[in-house]
Amino acid sequence: MINLLLFPVLIPFLFAAILLFFPKKVKAQRITVMIGLLLALTSTIALLIKVKSDGVQTLTLGSWAPPFGITMVSDMLSVLLVTSSLIIALFVVWYSFTSIGEDREKAFYYPAIMFMLTGVNGAFTTGDIFNMFVFFEVLLMSSYVLIVLGGEKGQLRESIKYILVNIVSSSLFVITVGYLYSVVGTLNMADISIKLAEIGQAGIITVIAVLFLIVFGIKGAIFPLFFWLPGSYAAPPMPILTLFGALLTKVGVYAIIRTYTLFFTTDIGFTHELLMIISIITIIAGCIGALAYFDVKQIIIYNIVIAVGVILFGASIMNENGMLGSMFYLIHDILIKGALFLLIGIVIKITGTSDLRKMGGLMKRYPTLAWSYLVAAFGLAGIPPLSGFLGKLLIVQGGIEDGHIWQSIFILASSLVVLLSVIRIFIYAFWGEEKVVQEISPKTYRHLLAPTICLVVITVLYGVGSEFVVPFMKDATTVLLDPAVYTDAVFKGVK
Amino acid sequence: MKTNDLIIQTTTKVVFFIIFLFSIHIFFAGHYAPGGGFVGGLLMSSAIILLLLAFDLKTVKEMLPVNYTVVTAIGLLTSLATAAGSIFFNVPFFTHVYSDFNLPLLGVTSIHTAMFFDTGVYLVVVGVTMTIIQMIGGDE
Repeated sequence: MINLLLFPVLIPFLFAAILLFFPKKVKAQRITVMIGLLLALTSTIALLIKVKSDGVQTLTLGSWAPPFGITMVSDMLSVLLVTSSLIIALFVVWYSFTSIGEDREKAFYYPAIMFMLTGVNGAFTTGDIFNMFVFFEVLLMSSYVLIVLGGEKGQLRESIKYILVNIVSSSLFVITVGYLYSVVGTLNMADISIKLAEIGQAGIITVIAVLFLIVFGIKGAIFPLFFWLPGSYAAPPMPILTLFGALLTKVGVYAIIRTYTLFFTTDIGFTHELLMIISIITIIAGCIGALAYFDVKQIIIYNIVIAVGVILFGASIMNENGMLGSMFYLIHDILIKGALFLLIGIVIKITGTSDLRKMGGLMKRYPTLAWSYLVAAFGLAGIPPLSGFLGKLLIVQGGIEDGHIWQSIFILASSLVVLLSVIRIFIYAFWGEEKVVQEISPKTYRHLLAPTICLVVITVLYGVGSEFVVPFMKDATTVLLDPAVYTDAVFKGVK
Repeated sequence: MKTNDLIIQTTTKVVFFIIFLFSIHIFFAGHYAPGGGFVGGLLMSSAIILLLLAFDLKTVKEMLPVNYTVVTAIGLLTSLATAAGSIFFNVPFFTHVYSDFNLPLLGVTSIHTAMFFDTGVYLVVVGVTMTIIQMIGGDE
């Protein structure tokens, strides 16, 4: 089965096309989408095992020789990201059954999710820079649909901003790829890597590196370019916000890590230093936002920005521990953000507001919700046995090894702010005296809680069983730190 | 007041078929000459739009009782199936094959699977364009 690495991209696409046939039959839609997600997840796990045992998987479409056809590459990093994106999608879809409402389900909600997964998984798997642009567009178009679906006033307003920003960044992406193509004359990422290493240190390449940082920085929400994110993400309903918050910015982060480890390795002094400075400022901006708001959605949304900064800081160090930590933190952040958004989604559903000051005393009536929120919050902050701990520890360790003492201390300090911001939600919403709550039927509550608890349990297992995860992360790090592994896998001795 | 559209309606009845045949021609010519699924699909939808201009939305719906969302979905599935056929022969995805067939009427014809992929593109382009036009034009 040489086509196995395409299945996580093709299966969502196939099911999205099938779902277009019967938009009004809600029950059939739900069953089909679940079958599709489970199939895709199974194939991804098979792929994960294959990549673990046989190394990087590559396939050049249409039986063409590597630099001429579109190459798809599945290394450990991309297959881990694909797996976690499918896990998140599975739980979000399960959660949507009770929360999104039939009107939206009848308006191509599930096909849009499946098309978005096609784009996300494709962007993670592709080995061709222009193909990556196409998959970015696939996921962005579906996200435009999802952000505006339902047509409420806020959604319409924010979707215009979101679409404008993304169209600008997409055209910048095309321009940047144009520059790169005129310099190296190829679009295959492995081939670009080899050619750029031959050219060595040239001014234009550093310019292209910074342009890529701007392009992916807009998608991935780094410091001066995250301005669109808080407003746009707060507009759509909770399951859509969860998908966006857990997946979309991570695609930008993945693209930055991929280009900065594979392409631009010749002038690290400038480009990676810039990346480091920007990631530190990103953390500061995120911290300010996370403390400033009394709106639960905004607090978690600014925590996305903090996490993006932490991951990119780890990647910019370019040593083994830093990169390993980044990989850990990246997967952890996808899972924990999914869990947190689903949890506060339930809180908002119960209280009927997203304003912290109007909530209180949920602990008495909803103890399970409260305790799982506390576990997720501790996981986010990185309390030892939970999932956020090891990633941040390794990033800090890598930073100190490389002589970035102050930056590493700063990362540790930012954890305190993260903890403070999420514990504030806990104190305001769960402690204190009970305030007016909306009546929510026990059945709805249970149906919303089930997928959420499952996701929280997965994050806990990810933290507790990190010993088991380490070999996978080590494989991912090897490919990132040594581009030759990637290029050799693509060309398989052709060059 | 009822306007008289006799000239445009009669012309449309003739011109529609000319555009339609031209779109089919462009579609089949795509492999050796400029053209292909995308332009062919756009020409086909422009022919239907001409019908929409000459008649009204309801009449055209009666003439061509097609759900264009389904057309898009069929197009997507056609393209995917053509490209995915290679999976069953364990060759890389998107590997195309061609062969000569002795067809009745046409004689010996070379048929390439890329044509079936283009058929999918054609259907998607027609489906999407017509969905947009109908959505904006209709006021339900």
